[in-house]
Amino acid sequence: MRIAILASRVRVEEKLLVEALQKRDVEFEIIDDGQLLFNLAQPDERWRGYDAVLSRSVSQSRGLAVSYVLEHWGIPVYNSAQVTATCNDKMLTTLALLRAGVPVPATLLAFEQQTALEGIEQSGYPAVLKPVTGSWGRLLARVNDRDAAEAVLEHQETLGGYQHHIHYIQEYVAKPQRDIRAFVVGERTICAIYRSSTHWVTNTARGAVTSNCPVTPELSDICVRAARAVGGGILAIDLFEDEQRGLLVNEINATMEFRNSIAPTGVDIPQEILEYICSQARVAAGETPYTDRTNGLVAVSDSSIRAEVAR
Amino acid sequence: MAQIAQCPECEAELNLQGLLVGEILYCSDCNAELEVLNVEQPEVALAPQVEEDWGE
Repeated sequence: MRIAILASRVRVEEKLLVEALQKRDVEFEIIDDGQLLFNLAQPDERWRGYDAVLSRSVSQSRGLAVSYVLEHWGIPVYNSAQVTATCNDKMLTTLALLRAGVPVPATLLAFEQQTALEGIEQSGYPAVLKPVTGSWGRLLARVNDRDAAEAVLEHQETLGGYQHHIHYIQEYVAKPQRDIRAFVVGERTICAIYRSSTHWVTNTARGAVTSNCPVTPELSDICVRAARAVGGGILAIDLFEDEQRGLLVNEINATMEFRNSIAPTGVDIPQEILEYICSQARVAAGETPYTDRTNGLVAVSDSSIRAEVAR
Repeated sequence: MAQIAQCPECEAELNLQGLLVGEILYCSDCNAELEVLNVEQPEVALAPQVEEDWGE
């Protein structure tokens, strides 16, 4: 078993994955996405030496492009390009969730400032304006009145790139000063955290504090359905708790950060990720899987992995 | 052998032992954000700024 970790930067998460790989004696390489040069018509044989590539690029566009190329050459990438493309785009994510009947906050889409403003006025204040792409809670705006909406829309139109001219307007969910981030690996919701903040943006990148969130059957079910809706894999599902409607899926992340989630949950997230990738690689290689100890995840034994990689 | 690189901003000496290529460190003298380029032939550079498409 050989695994490549595609990375732009070696963050805490990548170091934890390296530790997990070393613990399992799995051969691996870290590949700097900045150093890649692809001849699209000529598959680079080096990649065929990997049973799987784990995409951890911090650059979403770069990671997605590499995934498309590698998949074109028949190299399995986690997450797949299609899943990553869907999760990188909030509109595509919302459409996928709606198609699967997964509850989401009310969402409007508009392309011109005036039309966007009319939409916000119709649905009421406060509203949340988000870029369709982007992460870490950047450039989110809660608009409480028409003045604020006009100002933000004008900024988006004037200062933003073309993607900011797609106005993704989400209802503001009056969540209890926290949201939920749940981690789905394959068909299992392995753990979840509350992200609490006095600020309405509850990303840990924006200073939210994390604590364990029990994985109830309800939470597990909606998260697995959400993961399936975007194609499945290794995913972080962000959810709101709404008093009337219950859980609503806000966003899904395909290259999640997890450094702040291991201690509160007690779950070894990098090991879970690795176990999933190894088991998938084994299945792809035609080995007979066995059923995982808990929730029916297809897996193979550690000993067989170790036996092969020991060189 | 010590793996000492020089901060490109303030020329402070930085020990890269135990770090990986691609890892980020902060200069203990000037607090510049640096990226490890090479560990065997110790080299660091100013880390790239966060770009618009960076994220999870």
